[in-house]
Amino acid sequence: MHKRQQLREKTLIYCVLLVLVFFTLVPIVWMFNISILKRVDVFKVPTVWFKHPWQWSNYKAAIQSTPFFTYLGNTLLICILSIIGEVLSCSLVAFSFSRLRWKGRDVLFLIVLATMMLPKSMTMIPVFVIFSRLHLVNTIVPLVLPHYFGFPFYIFLMRQFFLGLPKSMDEAARIDGCNVFGIYSRIIMPLSKPVIGIVVIQVFRDVWNDFINPLLYLNDTNKWTLTLWLQAFQQDFSFDWTMMMAAAVITTLPMLVLFFFAQKYFMQDIVFTGEKG
Amino acid sequence: MLQKRTLAQTEAIEGWLFCLPWIIGFLGFTVGPMLYSLAMSFTDYDMINKSKWVGFANYKKIFTNDPLVHIGVKVTLLFTFISVPLNLLGGLSLALLLNHKLKGISLFRTLFYIPAVVPYVASLLMWQLIFNQNFGLLNLFLEKIGVTSLPNWLGDPKYALWSLILISFWGVGRDMLVYLGGLQGIPTEYYEAAEIDGASGWKQLIFITIPLLFPIIVYTSILGIITSLQAYNTAYILTGGGPANSTYFYMLHVFNKAFQDFQMGYSSALSWLLFIVTMFLTMLALFVARRKANA
Repeated sequence: MHKRQQLREKTLIYCVLLVLVFFTLVPIVWMFNISILKRVDVFKVPTVWFKHPWQWSNYKAAIQSTPFFTYLGNTLLICILSIIGEVLSCSLVAFSFSRLRWKGRDVLFLIVLATMMLPKSMTMIPVFVIFSRLHLVNTIVPLVLPHYFGFPFYIFLMRQFFLGLPKSMDEAARIDGCNVFGIYSRIIMPLSKPVIGIVVIQVFRDVWNDFINPLLYLNDTNKWTLTLWLQAFQQDFSFDWTMMMAAAVITTLPMLVLFFFAQKYFMQDIVFTGEKG
Repeated sequence: MLQKRTLAQTEAIEGWLFCLPWIIGFLGFTVGPMLYSLAMSFTDYDMINKSKWVGFANYKKIFTNDPLVHIGVKVTLLFTFISVPLNLLGGLSLALLLNHKLKGISLFRTLFYIPAVVPYVASLLMWQLIFNQNFGLLNLFLEKIGVTSLPNWLGDPKYALWSLILISFWGVGRDMLVYLGGLQGIPTEYYEAAEIDGASGWKQLIFITIPLLFPIIVYTSILGIITSLQAYNTAYILTGGGPANSTYFYMLHVFNKAFQDFQMGYSSALSWLLFIVTMFLTMLALFVARRKANA
């Protein structure tokens, strides 16, 4: 009897999950669908799903009617510079919190964590004014520079990882005459590929998705990132759904592919980022 | 003669040195700007003219002479106190569902996370089409199941905010992961013992799962409240605050005042008020959580 009840429960759970997954993913599938339809088919009833031939011309139009590759280059540049900055700065700070002993270390670490709760909206305006007075608006400096000063969540992740590495290596290195920076660069960092990978993916994702900062700071259209490129479709082609969705898919696909290959690296966020409204 | 330092002193210097990036960043990108913003809030700085000290005039205006502030507060509070509990229930329920040792359950877990992988702006454009009154996916579906009055989701003041709440709910996979992590940290012995004592599934949920998950629930709820209070991204892109100001978030007002009207002084005052309220609510939530935890 118990077995039959278990089987019923199992089937119920699977059914519920299937329904939920369907409703969760169907918007995305529909996005792909619209992107390969002919414009006329979008408005046909009943709904047209993935009718052949697929209109790759929508994608061509989205890319060719705009300086897409310039924007792609801009975005990648900001990504790479930000990733380098974040990995360097967070690892240095995390190294201090985990491998060095000094008075006030743990208190400062708590402060670092506490700053994660500070609302970011607070600093958006004054930082803009400051960059504006420094004549750095319309450059990528405001977008890249903050990444060279550490981000609490990545510091936390790296510290946790470093704490798991045996201290005996540090001591052996010191005996061999290695200075502290050598321990950092030649021992800890080479062993930290997993956590570095996580930070790389998270930063790449944050920069790729970032909308507000490019909006505020990149005024010349030739400096735009892909996010701004995509949003512009909303205004210019508000009735050309197919091209708009093709553009949306173009920005989505790299993320999905990356996710497919590096799932564990993606699913690390503990609700720290989060654009809810 | 070189002064000899103790090992501890050297390590202390090194410790602070390696922390320098964060310290400089904290001072330069957080503390400094916050103080600067505070100072600005007492002026009428507008990026063009020289700023003049106006004392509490900005704050007075916020409370008495700016109707959009009231609208902003209402919309933001409404959104926050609907979507945060909704996402909590959704994320937790989903995590409970996924916490069974069934074949392929991790595939489901991955699938539910996919909305969080789609770039935010791309998903918003997708939703804009889904919410289209005539040909959007949502109304097509509702029509199929027999609903007769198909709303203009983003264009109707009655429904616009709910559309945004739905979009926020769609991304519940992120919270789900956090709860799932917490659930998987609960030792199965507790449930086995409860089963032996004859406790039903519901009783197990209420007396074992929820109390043990309490810290995580508090944590995600606080973060959810903080994020929602500052929300404006979606409204900016999808509705511009309309229709009829039904999605005019407080932070959107701050944004418009700062980057459309360039009234930096006034918008700084607005954002400081938001900050104070957010910090107050956070402290309150932490206090309540501490009391409950010690009870």
